[in-house]
Amino acid sequence: MKPYDVEACKILRRTVLGADCFDVMVLAPKLAPLARPGQFANILPRGKTLRRPISICGIGKDTLRFVFQVRGEGTKELAALSVGDTMDVFGPLGNGFPLDFPNLKIRRAAFVGGGIGTPPMLAAAAAFPGEKLAVLGFRTKAAVLLEEDFRALGCKVAVTTDDGSYGVHGLVTVPLSEESFDVCYACGPAPMLKAVAALCAQRKIPCYVSLEQRMACGVGACLGCATPLRWPDGTVHYGHVCKDGPVFSAADVVFS
Amino acid sequence: MADLSVNIAGVTLQNPLIGASGTVGFGREYAALYPLSTLGGISCKGLTLKERPGNPPPRIAETPGGMLNSVGLQNPGVEAFLKEELPWLSAQGTVVIANIAGSCEADYCAMAERLNDTAVDMIELNISCPNVKEGGVQFGTSCESVGAITKAVRAHCRKPLIVKLSPNVSDIAEIAAAAESAGADAVSLINTLTGMRIDIRTRRPILHNNTGGLSGPAVFPVAVRMVWQVKNRVKIPVIGMGGISTWQDAVEMMLAGADAFQVGAAFFTDPYAPVKILEGLNAYLDENHIEHVRDLTGGVKPW
Repeated sequence: MKPYDVEACKILRRTVLGADCFDVMVLAPKLAPLARPGQFANILPRGKTLRRPISICGIGKDTLRFVFQVRGEGTKELAALSVGDTMDVFGPLGNGFPLDFPNLKIRRAAFVGGGIGTPPMLAAAAAFPGEKLAVLGFRTKAAVLLEEDFRALGCKVAVTTDDGSYGVHGLVTVPLSEESFDVCYACGPAPMLKAVAALCAQRKIPCYVSLEQRMACGVGACLGCATPLRWPDGTVHYGHVCKDGPVFSAADVVFS
Repeated sequence: MADLSVNIAGVTLQNPLIGASGTVGFGREYAALYPLSTLGGISCKGLTLKERPGNPPPRIAETPGGMLNSVGLQNPGVEAFLKEELPWLSAQGTVVIANIAGSCEADYCAMAERLNDTAVDMIELNISCPNVKEGGVQFGTSCESVGAITKAVRAHCRKPLIVKLSPNVSDIAEIAAAAESAGADAVSLINTLTGMRIDIRTRRPILHNNTGGLSGPAVFPVAVRMVWQVKNRVKIPVIGMGGISTWQDAVEMMLAGADAFQVGAAFFTDPYAPVKILEGLNAYLDENHIEHVRDLTGGVKPW
């Protein structure tokens, strides 16, 4: 069986979230059964040369859910599609989050999302078998994403905003440092990931982060999406977000 | 059904489509989608004697109708290729072309020597990479330097030798002629055109390397023109590439003078692009009652 493939996916549902984010559910009978939380799809906007890597936010029996932000012309084109249109989806790609720890006592997991890094955390939280904590950070109240979706999964949810317009005023590390958990998953801006990784390292808790980078092939052939990683001996090399990631153990990542 | 096979410097390819160096790795990622024997050949990621880390990210930027890359020849080194990749790749039923690069003439010669007694079918001399400080394109921009490096490598290389040409020159046909007279068995062109994009908010170039190589449909007309000029100048086979993304592009490239063609950036837009190009090419030949694909080569009727 192919580990990934291309599918013309019909859009079943499309919702606008806030000013510039879109929540799209597509029919993907070929790809959905292959998908795991933390993986992504490379989606082709019409008329573009390069696909856009978009994280998988939800996995159904024959559906995939993508929540993405309009960042440029490509995502603008994807956002312009309507229910009934098809999306050219290549996926699922990359490695997902490790969610099973047969040899470790992992009871409570923290899912930390920053801004548009929040969507892949929802797929991870949905698949985690234990107790769940979601800490979601945004610039401002209008940018808050998926809060109710995390609650619906049974997560304890803490929201932070940079400007204090909603939830806790400050960074995600404020509520996170007051909680206890056995494993942490995070996706968001690099400074946030660095701070979360440092908190987990201090507590000696495993931490997995999902990274992004400008990408071309999506499968590890072109070596475009390089990210600096640390070998166990401390030397640094370039790994690739599409094939080696997008999920990495935070201990291996060189945060700039 | 037409005969799609072509012969390049004594090597038979089951069809004229070759995966372009740097876009298909060592083949494994696309072998997950279709057998590599679908392709006439695969030109592997550019190899150097020692492992190279490549350039800092970002390495990719999209452009209208194309893309820039500045990967910078990241590769595991020739020994790792021979040990980890070639045994598998040479069993896939496609022609294996090793694309070799170096920072000095001795490196190129040592690479060619090292690959002589291996399962590699052909060598592609990369003297046209725009993304590395030493080597690459510095050897590829004058007739003298192209002639000298080709002649030097030829003396060490017992495999069919393809010289890959840079389009960042004033007269590519003269460069091709220099490669031919120095002993090249074939030429391939074009490598990427040097380009640049700048983020107007940060005033930073999008690529960390500042500049990169432009590929994709945007460069196709330039490639067609250069292949045509080179075909009119040399007698050795010409492998055309640069922005081929449809079967119509492939036909056009062959009419311009290509004996075979490479597909690169199109893999990123559609991983199945080579399959679709070959299906379309086959149907075109049948509809036009053309028995051999090689009958297209140089078939343009210039005004």
